[in-house]
Amino acid sequence: MSESGQAIFDRRIESEQKVEPKDWMPADYRKNLIRQMSQHAHSEVIGMQPEGNWISRAPTLKRKMVLLAKVQDEGGHGLYLYSATETLNATRDEMNEALHSGKAKYASIFNYPALSWADVGAIGWLVDGAAIVNQISLQSTSYGPYSRAMIRICKEESFHQRQGYEMMIVLANGTKEQKAMAQDALNRIWWPSLMMFGPHDSDSAHSGRSMQWKIKRRTNDELRQSFVDQTVPQIEFLGLEMPDPEIKWNEERGHYDFGEIDWDEFKRVISGDGPCNRDRIRHHKKAHDDGQWVRDALVAYQTKKSAASAA
Amino acid sequence: MTNSTNTALFNYVLGLADDALILGQRTSEWCSRGPFLEEDIALSNLALDYIGRARMFYQYAAQIQGMGKTEDDLAYFRDEREFTNLVINELPNFDFAFSIVRQYLLDVHACLYLEQLSNSKDQRLSEIAAKAIKETRYHLKRSETWVLQLGQGTEESAKRMQDALDELWGYTPELFISSEAELALSGEEGEASIAVNRESLRHLWLERVTAHMLTSGLVIPEQNWQVVGGRNGDHSEHLGHLLSEMQILQRSYPGLEW
Repeated sequence: MSESGQAIFDRRIESEQKVEPKDWMPADYRKNLIRQMSQHAHSEVIGMQPEGNWISRAPTLKRKMVLLAKVQDEGGHGLYLYSATETLNATRDEMNEALHSGKAKYASIFNYPALSWADVGAIGWLVDGAAIVNQISLQSTSYGPYSRAMIRICKEESFHQRQGYEMMIVLANGTKEQKAMAQDALNRIWWPSLMMFGPHDSDSAHSGRSMQWKIKRRTNDELRQSFVDQTVPQIEFLGLEMPDPEIKWNEERGHYDFGEIDWDEFKRVISGDGPCNRDRIRHHKKAHDDGQWVRDALVAYQTKKSAASAA
Repeated sequence: MTNSTNTALFNYVLGLADDALILGQRTSEWCSRGPFLEEDIALSNLALDYIGRARMFYQYAAQIQGMGKTEDDLAYFRDEREFTNLVINELPNFDFAFSIVRQYLLDVHACLYLEQLSNSKDQRLSEIAAKAIKETRYHLKRSETWVLQLGQGTEESAKRMQDALDELWGYTPELFISSEAELALSGEEGEASIAVNRESLRHLWLERVTAHMLTSGLVIPEQNWQVVGGRNGDHSEHLGHLLSEMQILQRSYPGLEW
């Protein structure tokens, strides 16, 4: 008698083998993956907007090129992730619709505005830095296409993170105005960056099962602590003030302590009431709607062409 | 090199730099606004090629000028009357059809132009052209395909493409007018020259564009109006807004490192 799909799946997960698109998988595993991966793809794509906001105003031609290339990379990451999600039989149209209706979420950090040129540096440094901490752990996620997408994305993200930090170094060592710009960006972006890791483990709705299925490999709180530990010395090196007065080395724990996140704000922004939620979706939806005639024309052209070649 | 040749060469290279920067800046506005993600990425790539090209020209222009200026001084500290890009480059992206038709018209032109520039007597210009033409051949493949697909797509797409072509047509004569600097740097008939003779490209350009538009179901408009003058600093009102946005940080905090 052949082994059941469930038994094969369980053994794969147990022995750290990857689950591939054609393998049998539990319906909830598939559903959970589609949720997490499409959310990840949307985050990359919506994440093009805050930094994209500065492409036209980048202060040098070189910076303009670096930023444009970075935002373009994010679009590329969105594309790998949408493609990886499509292997689970989710379509791009469905995913777009879920984004526009608010059913699908994306990283809440992108609901905050990029208000100064220093934000471009701080986003690269902190937001990409936080994303890397999360994504490194996802390189060993149990679903093959997701894992491979993460390996590829991590390489580019760490490059972006270094570029962002390099921008911060220039600003932190610049004039009084530039340094103030850098400090202000750090102060505003710090807390939303910590929120990127999600709720405390004790409050995380999806964490338990995702860990069991090895979709997620480390908990929200563990990842958040790693991020704080790697970032505090970088703030010191920049000579900027700590964005949180409670940041302090804890000898006993071997980690930095830090203050409590404003979880009310976290919930507010996630549920749609952040400073830019409406702008982000409106922008994406407008581009999508404006492009409808283009996509229709491509379909019509292909249909005509195949009709002609069949005749 | 005589003083007047030097000035002509500076003005010539600066004009080419301005063309590339202004079109690159316009194209970059598509980033996160494309009709679908793949095209969004492709348009960002196109913008990157143009800004990269602008930098090569500006660096060379700054070197010819010999006043210790940088590419950024030239890009960020000149006003609209001093910018000498051709007007077609500065027009807003009214819709996707407009940007695609403009790109196609310019790609056909750039292929012809850069082929000649790669034979320039000026070594640096010929090197830049040799690099740029590789990108431009690829741009042309893309824009040519778009023109065909949208021209033969739906009724709406065909109409938008035709409208864009009608709107753009009067800006194309400027592509074939040689500036003073270009005339000064052109050799006698049959002689090697530094600059490209723009008039000489007109015939081939029109032939190629006409043939492809016909295949794509689009009609070449009558040439009964034209807007020219970009090389003399006579621009549309759109350029000032583009520059004020692009230059804001450098103008607000002059002389800083970024």
